Amino acid sequence: MTDQVVDIRALKPDLSPERISRRYAAERRFRLYGLVAIAVAIFMLALLMVVIVSKGYSAFVQTHILVEVTFDREVIDPDDTNDPEVISQANFRGIARGAIRKMFPEVTSRRDRRQLYRIFSSEIDFQLMRMARDDPSVIGTTRQVWLKAGADIDMLTKGFIDRDVPESNRRVNDKSLGWYDRLDEQQLVSRRFNTTFFTAADSREPEQAGILGALVGSFLTLAVTLVLVFPVGVSAAVYLEEFAPKNKWTDIIEVNINNLAAVPSIVFGLLGLAVFLNFFELPRSAPLVGGIVLALMTLPTIIIASRSAIMAVPPSIREAALGVGASHMQTVAHHVLPLALPGMLTGTIIGMARALGETAPLLMIGMVAFIVDIPGSITDASTVLPVQVFLWADAPERAFVERTSAATLVLLVFLVAMNLAAILLRKKFERRW
Amino acid sequence: MNTVILLIAILGLTAYGYQIGRRRALGTVNGERRRLHSLPEYHGAYVALWCLVPVVIIVFAWLIFETTIINGILVTSLPTEQQALPKSQLELLLNEIANIAAGTRQGADIDPYKIAAARQYSNLSLVSTGLQVVLVLIAGGVGLALAKRQISARFRSRHSVERMIRIMLVICSTIAILTTIGIVLSLMFEAMRFFAKVSALEFLFGLHWSPQTALRADQVGSTGAFGAVPIFTGTLLITMISMLVAVPVGLMSAIYMAEYATPKVRGIVKPLLEILAGVPTVVYGFFAALTVGPFIRDFGDSVGLSVASESALAAGLVMGIMIIPFVSSLSDDIINAVPQSLRDGAYAVGATRSETVKQVVIPAALPGIVGSILLAVSRAIGETMIVVMAAGLSANLTANPLEAVTTVTVQIVTLLVGDQEFDSAKTLAAFALGLVLFVVTLILNVIALTVVRKYREKYD
Repeated sequence: MTDQVVDIRALKPDLSPERISRRYAAERRFRLYGLVAIAVAIFMLALLMVVIVSKGYSAFVQTHILVEVTFDREVIDPDDTNDPEVISQANFRGIARGAIRKMFPEVTSRRDRRQLYRIFSSEIDFQLMRMARDDPSVIGTTRQVWLKAGADIDMLTKGFIDRDVPESNRRVNDKSLGWYDRLDEQQLVSRRFNTTFFTAADSREPEQAGILGALVGSFLTLAVTLVLVFPVGVSAAVYLEEFAPKNKWTDIIEVNINNLAAVPSIVFGLLGLAVFLNFFELPRSAPLVGGIVLALMTLPTIIIASRSAIMAVPPSIREAALGVGASHMQTVAHHVLPLALPGMLTGTIIGMARALGETAPLLMIGMVAFIVDIPGSITDASTVLPVQVFLWADAPERAFVERTSAATLVLLVFLVAMNLAAILLRKKFERRW
Repeated sequence: MNTVILLIAILGLTAYGYQIGRRRALGTVNGERRRLHSLPEYHGAYVALWCLVPVVIIVFAWLIFETTIINGILVTSLPTEQQALPKSQLELLLNEIANIAAGTRQGADIDPYKIAAARQYSNLSLVSTGLQVVLVLIAGGVGLALAKRQISARFRSRHSVERMIRIMLVICSTIAILTTIGIVLSLMFEAMRFFAKVSALEFLFGLHWSPQTALRADQVGSTGAFGAVPIFTGTLLITMISMLVAVPVGLMSAIYMAEYATPKVRGIVKPLLEILAGVPTVVYGFFAALTVGPFIRDFGDSVGLSVASESALAAGLVMGIMIIPFVSSLSDDIINAVPQSLRDGAYAVGATRSETVKQVVIPAALPGIVGSILLAVSRAIGETMIVVMAAGLSANLTANPLEAVTTVTVQIVTLLVGDQEFDSAKTLAAFALGLVLFVVTLILNVIALTVVRKYREKYD
């Protein structure tokens, strides 16, 4: 390092035991710092997971209350047609409310009754209607039906509402509490698997909100992304790695791809807004635009991964193919690409996983709208899973907190599955030359 | 439905072209394949490509221009008072007409002119679809016929097909460039429109940010203030906090993994850190807003400090956790690239491991480590969801991490989410902020990538 000439004999190294033990102590401290750093990182990961799981698992069950419901033929289907059209028009709200009143005959005033109905979800009319429509044989009979409870009662059974809080600050007042306790004593309250969460789209009412709409939206968006990005990414990688001459132009492309991979994702959202929505006037909030934006965002990642997969194919393979008279294009198509394909697929799956978790650019192109329908095509307005998490995280009701965590869990399950698939793929096809 | 039919038609036409080309090639030599210059499959592919390319061009042209042209025709046929509507309301009207035509909006209360327009809309759509199908068939047929005529025993179809594929590959590799150009142009264009309304000097050096322009001219506070300095300082504050978390933790874990850890420990810890990098940012945001923010506030309350519930500290801490794996994995690579001979030299003169790391490895790896930290800074500046969910909205000019600050990305999101008219200064300000964000991260990335590349070359 230095040009100075030092006479080693003149140096008198301090070889005292104190200094050596000091140095060893420093060594141990340094090592400890490293361990602490790793422990901090892993603790944070564990904390994150524990928080999400502990807040989220309760959303997979939903409180139901056992009610004796009389499916009165006179009310539902007086002409005995069993026609689904007729049945779905019937007054199931009346039937449901009649059944609830029968359980609490002493509740008579209008106000109290309205409060009583609110113990249940407003969806129970549809629940009964679907029952009668799908199986007309229940009409005319009296059945024990598990009806879905309202969000506040659901929170109460899960222990998120504190009974010691003064009544005015509590979402469930004393009267409802009394009714609930009576039901509980008769063992009419039960927590059952929350199918709504997986079969419904978004809703303002927590107990009716589900993630299916967002899941379908995510699926459509990723399908668009995959269709666009895989062929383009692989082609670009093949060109840059196999055919491109080494000149200024390819240098520019190379630097550009590396930079693009580090551009903040929200900038891609601005691009999508300015170019695809305002200039090309593509539909807002649609998986089509979301897919294009995410494709542009993941393109650099996939090009880089595909290039390293192509680079890993040994030159001897190419030389052998060229040697027996294959053209350059044939060499690439018949020999290099099949050998590089597992690596490319691994890179693509990892890119897709990143796209699945991406939120910010989709906010820019309007995929944050409140959408209650399940999207049917790539031009329908829709939302995606991470944006659903964002939307629910903003909602004030306590019941949405657990749904946010549960949606996060679903998202994480998908991400883990995709990454696992990538790892397995790599393991299975990994080849050392 | 139409799309599916069109797709099947195109695929059928292409497959037919392939068969024709192949058969004709074989036919010209009476089935003696070796007399052909190219394999018959190449002749087939040649005809199929000539069929496919013009068809794809037409389909894309339709995708891009169809709505614009139909809407243009539709607007001219509307009553004059509707034609004079501002652009945003006109769009709503056109949307409604499309809904009426699709039958999703029904009722007796629809204006008659809208019903007429809806009828015209469905007619136009029908004509457009028909025209598209006819054009596709003609273009495909013409391409097919022209290509078919060229096929002969000596025709070099392999060369032509390979040239076409090569052109396609070149086009694919320029898409990345086009994306960059698109980003730069769209940001520049909208930012220019913003700077026509608000001076660039005020934007870059003004100390007051309140973009809420009034809806009516006579409202109080109708002039928004667009001084972005509080936003920049807020971004800087949160980035600094996150770096204070991420750099020590990330760097120390990288050093431990590269210098001390056994392969077994490495095999467990490295994937765990990668999980940390794979968690979606919206999940971190939720974690920050739900757990870390309230925890810090309650902790502050218990020691007598007043902490905003959306404090810069909470957002910065969680962002730091998110950044740890970026710092650690990049630094890990870089430390591993330091030649073993340097370490061996240090050990030979009696240095302990930590002395070797501190006095030999780190100085040797410093440029690369600085590069990886710069990349991490650029990622922290551009990170959106954590700050949107956990940081504040009000632009406070403060350096106190316990107060709420706002960042560039938060402002972009709040300015653009929701329905706005697209030429107000408020909306355009988001693009000016986006331009600043893009330029700053680009500079950081270029420096970092150059430094890292130079560093790699040094030890290769």
